[in-house]
Formats: sequence, C-alpha cells, structure tokens
Amino acid sequence: MARAFTPKVITANHLLEGDVIYMTDTGEWTRQMAEAVLLTDEADADVRLIEAQQQAATTVGVYLADAKADENGNPSPTHFREEFRRVGPSNYFHGKQAEA
Amino acid sequence: MYQYNDFDSAFLAERNVQFRAQVERRIDGSLTEDEFKPLRLMNGLYLQLHAYMLRVAIPYGTLSANQMDKLALLAEKWDKGYGHFTTRQNIQYNWPKLNDVPDMLDALAEVNLHAIQTSGNTIRNVTADHFAGAAADEVADPRPVAELIRQWSTDHPEFQALPRKFKIAVSGALENDRAVIKAHDIGLYIVKNDAGELGYQIVVGGGLGRTPMIGKTLKEFVKQEDLLSYLEATVSVWNLLGRRDNKYKARIKITVHEHGIEEIRQRVEDRFQLIRPTFGGFDVALLKDIEAFFANPEFKSASTDGYTATYDADPLFRSWADANLAAHKNADYSIVTISLKKHGDTPGDASADQMRAMAELARQYGHDELRISHEQNVILPHVHKSDLPVIYAALREQELHTANIGLISDIIACPGMDYCALATARSIPVAQEIATRFDDLKLEHDIGHLQIKISGCINACGHHHVGHIGILGLDRAGVENYQITLGGDATNTAAVGQRVGPGFAYDEIVPAIERTVQGYLELRQDQNETFIQTFNRVGMAPFKAYIYPEAQANAA
Ligand code: HEM
Ligand code: SF4
Repeated sequence: MARAFTPKVITANHLLEGDVIYMTDTGEWTRQMAEAVLLTDEADADVRLIEAQQQAATTVGVYLADAKADENGNPSPTHFREEFRRVGPSNYFHGKQAEA
Repeated sequence: MYQYNDFDSAFLAERNVQFRAQVERRIDGSLTEDEFKPLRLMNGLYLQLHAYMLRVAIPYGTLSANQMDKLALLAEKWDKGYGHFTTRQNIQYNWPKLNDVPDMLDALAEVNLHAIQTSGNTIRNVTADHFAGAAADEVADPRPVAELIRQWSTDHPEFQALPRKFKIAVSGALENDRAVIKAHDIGLYIVKNDAGELGYQIVVGGGLGRTPMIGKTLKEFVKQEDLLSYLEATVSVWNLLGRRDNKYKARIKITVHEHGIEEIRQRVEDRFQLIRPTFGGFDVALLKDIEAFFANPEFKSASTDGYTATYDADPLFRSWADANLAAHKNADYSIVTISLKKHGDTPGDASADQMRAMAELARQYGHDELRISHEQNVILPHVHKSDLPVIYAALREQELHTANIGLISDIIACPGMDYCALATARSIPVAQEIATRFDDLKLEHDIGHLQIKISGCINACGHHHVGHIGILGLDRAGVENYQITLGGDATNTAAVGQRVGPGFAYDEIVPAIERTVQGYLELRQDQNETFIQTFNRVGMAPFKAYIYPEAQANAA
C-alpha cells in the first residue's frame, strides 16, 4: 500500500558557504525555512527536487525534508534534526539564529 | 620535535596547489559534487549540518607553540574564533567557507600541519599517549615509532583504498594505557623482553562503533627492526580479506572475528616472511634518525620550594595541582593537564585567545611543547615545579584553570546533533548539563575518578563504550533518547560497557546519571574505592535499582 505523502520542503547546503538553504516557491534559494515553499503534492516535489539537484553551482546534498505548516502557514520542521538545521547549534549562538 | 625535510614540505605544498585547483574547478562547474567530494575528503574537508568542517591532523597529539599559534590564527581568521579538539587528537573547525579552505591549508603547511588522511579509507592520524616522553611510568617514548608509522603510512600506495578507515595508536606505558590501545585497529605497546630489548606488543581488531570489540594480542613481542614489515603484513592481510561488500563489516575487528585470531596470525606471519627481506634496514635507520628529534629537552635544576609553599598556602592551587598534575620522569618536573572542560562549556573547545595563551606558556615554561589528549584536553608535558604557581595564575586569566582532570565533569563528548551530519541526538548539551549539575552539588571531588563519555550516534566517536558511564544518544520515533552503559574501561584492562536497560528522554538523562552516581556513593566500600571498582565488585543489579527506581517499586 502506498504511503500517504506528507508535506516537504526542499533543502540543501550552499556550495560556497556550506550553510542550510531552502527552495522558495519561485525556485530561488532562501536561508530561512519560513520562506520556503511547502510542497504537498508528491509529483510536484519530485520534479522540483530534480530541478534543485541540477543547480550544482549553488547546492550540495539536496533532499526533501518533512515539514508542516505552522500557525502562519509557513513551513516548520517536524523532526528535531531539521529544527537544528533551521536554528543552529545549541552550545553557541551561531548559525541561523545569529544571522536572522 | 620532528622537523619536516624539504621533501615533506614540497609534498605538502604540491598537495595544496592541487586542492586549490580542485576547489576552483568545483566552483566554476567543471567538477560535479560527486567528483569533488572524494577530493575534498582527502583533504579533511567534510560537509556538516550547518557548514563545512575542516579536520586537521595533530600527529600523536604533539604541537609546538608556533603550531598552536597557527591553529589559533585559523580559528580567528577563517572560523568563529574557536576550534574543537577531538578524541582522535585532531582539531576540527566547524565553520569554514569553501573558498577559504585552500588558504587555511597553506597557512597550516607553513608550520608543517595538514589535513591529509584525516578522512577516507586510509591509515588515519597515528595517535599516542599524550604524556609521551614525559611520563614517569613509560618504557620508552612512543612518538618516534608513531612518526615512523606516519611516514610509512602517508601516501602509502597499497593503503589508499582500504576496505575502511584504519586507526593505529601507540603507548609506551603498558600498565597505564592512556591511548586506548585496545580500541584501535592496531594498537602497539612498547615493551621490553627478557633480554632487555625494546620491542612491541601488537594488539589487533579493537574498535568502537556499532560493533564494539576489544583488541586481541596478535604477537607478544615484535622486534624493532621487524615492526614496519609486521604492520605492513597485517594491513595487507586485512586489505585482502576485509569485507568490501558491507561497510558495517569492513573493519579489521570483523575480519579478526570472522576468521579467528589464529588464522589471521598465521596469514600475517606468512606474509611477513615474504615481505620482510624487502625492508632491508632503511626503517631501522630512519627510526634512529627520528629518535634524535625527540631527545629530552634540557631540564633545568632549580629549587621547588616555591611550589611547595604555594601548595601549602593556597587551597585553590592545591586542588588544581591534585587534579591536573601527573608524575614526570624528572622528579622536579610535572606534567600539566590544562582542562578544556570548564563546567558548562563545550568539551574540547578552545578559543583563539586560549590557544595563544597556552602556546605562550609552552614557550616560556614548557620547552615549547604541547600535547592534545584523546580526552580533549591540552597538556604541557615538561614543566618545572617552580613554574607551576605562575602557570596556574596565567591559566586563571583565560578560565583554563578548571581542576577536574579524571573527574565527573572531564567528559568526552562528540559534536553530536549540534554539528554532525550523522548524529541521531545531541551530546554536547548533555555533557554541559552533567558538568554544571555536579559542580552545583559540589560533589565532584568526593566522587573522585569517574569517566563519562558521550556519543551522538552508534559510531561512538565519543568513546561511550569504554566510559565508566557511557551515554549514547539515539533517535526514538523522532525524539532524542539516551542509553546508559556501565563498566566500560579504556585502559589496558579495556572492557566494553554493558547496557543498563531502556533509554531516557532528553530531560531524564541527567537525573538518571545523578541516580547512578548516588548509587555509587552509597554502594562504595569507602572513599578510596572508585566508581569502576565498585561497579566491578557489585555488578549491574544494584545500580539498576538506582537507575530505574519505579521498576523496583512496581516489582515489590
Ligand atoms: C565530521 C564529523 C564526523 C563524522 C562524519 C564521523 C564519522 C564516523 C563514522 C562513520 C564512524 C564509524 C566508523 C566505523 O566503525 O567504521 C566513526 C567512528 C569514530 N569516530 Fe568519528 N565522525 C566524526 C567526528 C568525529 C569526532 C569529532 C571525533 C572525535 C571527537 C571522532 C572520532 C571517532 C572515533 C574515536 C570513532 C570510533 C572508531 C572505531 O570504531 O574504532 N569522529 N566516525
Ligand atoms: S558519534 Fe556520531 S554524532 Fe558523534 S561525531 Fe561520531 S558520527 Fe557524529
């Protein structure tokens, strides 16, 4: 039985900076997960994943990460690993939390 | 300290030119990531959760003051002002940018440091006892032979595509193993035979990770002149037999387990007989040359009265001296361990300023030598006792004076989910909380010698299997969960810890550790019985009762 598709964002690391990036609705890249496009259709997600993987000059390690809509309708993580990628490490005020 | 010759320096320079070109070609699109990844890994460059990570080798943990200054420069100029010292006697930078890495490698090369073979299926950075050359209890300094092994293994054509990574460690002190010899692919103890000749006891097939194993003795005594051919025979036997079909079964520990130590010994012996003649003596000559670089510094003679007076008068100094000093082979000298485990800080991190301060102390009072321990601390191996009070004062200024070596807050912790792409849970905040908690309780010195080691996944980079108390972070249905093991031992009586029972949620792990320690305090015979001694005497059951009090209540 096929599993129901759960919403996803497209994420990667930036080639030059190495930091976490997300794909927006217009196919650009953003540093903020809240600005990412939340993909609810599996076929759409697959097509966009391939597009993202082809942008080798910008991205490293593109993948689909589980996400859900927060109270504002923006994507937010469902797993703690994605929460750390979204925010940064917990021992220093470094990474996204410092850049925001 | 070992000095590179022109050949070594030219080799490094050429490698860096190559890598700079590879980075450029990745950026301009002529290399794909699939093509580039193995090249960057060959130069110690990983991609982690939030950034790239550069892993720099510190061969057998030995650094000069200038080298330490350079590590500080990298931290300041191309990272966020600090570096992370690891259980592999490496330093890792957590935030470099791809474009900057070639410059970082060039800066390292200026002081003969590099990131070669800090990744990949090669023979990795050779590690050694961090008290090497200074300890009162060693048979011989392990660093010359570690350097010999480094030279033999670096760029060794036969060993660039091994079944898996390969780790070698050397100790000159059989009774007080400070290098976790029995948890390495090959571990060497320098020993003396009945005739008084120096040689090596060779241990093989130890390792941590998902299938932890304690190494077995392959040969009790290998003569100095046979060492490299013996090592080469061992690695090539494994290179042939190692399981390339399954990454999780590829390490030599599995090969030894599957074939049995007798068969491996026979194959190594056969191979050794075959290749021994090709070694022809250059290795012995080389070892002699190398030994000259590791000659003792010129120890001074001076009064130690000032030290004794400060020790008697200043309880803070005394507490630090009791915890952080070790016996030097010269009775007027001490080995100073500088703790990178200030309560609440990240184990193993040092800021650029702290690195420079330690370098300066080494320059002024430490014969220009520093060591990095696998326990993620820094050592000044040769300090005259009369200099200890001023060193202590200087360390205070940098908040490097924590008096906790070997105590409950001297925790090994891997980077875990805060940085590591492979992690299944965090380890750093758990270490921070345990250290802070026991500091608040003021119990640390009463508890005495106790090693806690924490890993953020089964790869066991934090050595949790050989911690007296081991903590393994896992992902249970999308939340962090922590398993406790007890009874691990990282010394020459090495043992893998036993799992206590079900794991604990993030909020529950520190209280569970507190109950474990409470159990020890109540179970120990007296103040002199250490945690591990108590555990070995009473076994798991009484500790279990402390760790899972409800289960006990329900059963009653
Ligand atoms: C980039 C971050 C890291 C990655 C990707 C990584 C990866 C791994 C992997 C895959 C293993 C299991 C190897 C095997 O059993 O075949 C391992 C083991 C190990 N790593 Fe790491 N590690 C990282 C960071 C570290 C750090 C920071 C340390 C030191 C603090 C470290 C020290 C070790 C040790 C001691 C082992 C156990 C070796 C053994 O099984 O004998 N690693 N690591
Ligand atoms: S034990 Fe796991 S989480 Fe920790 S550094 Fe190693 S690979 Fe990363």
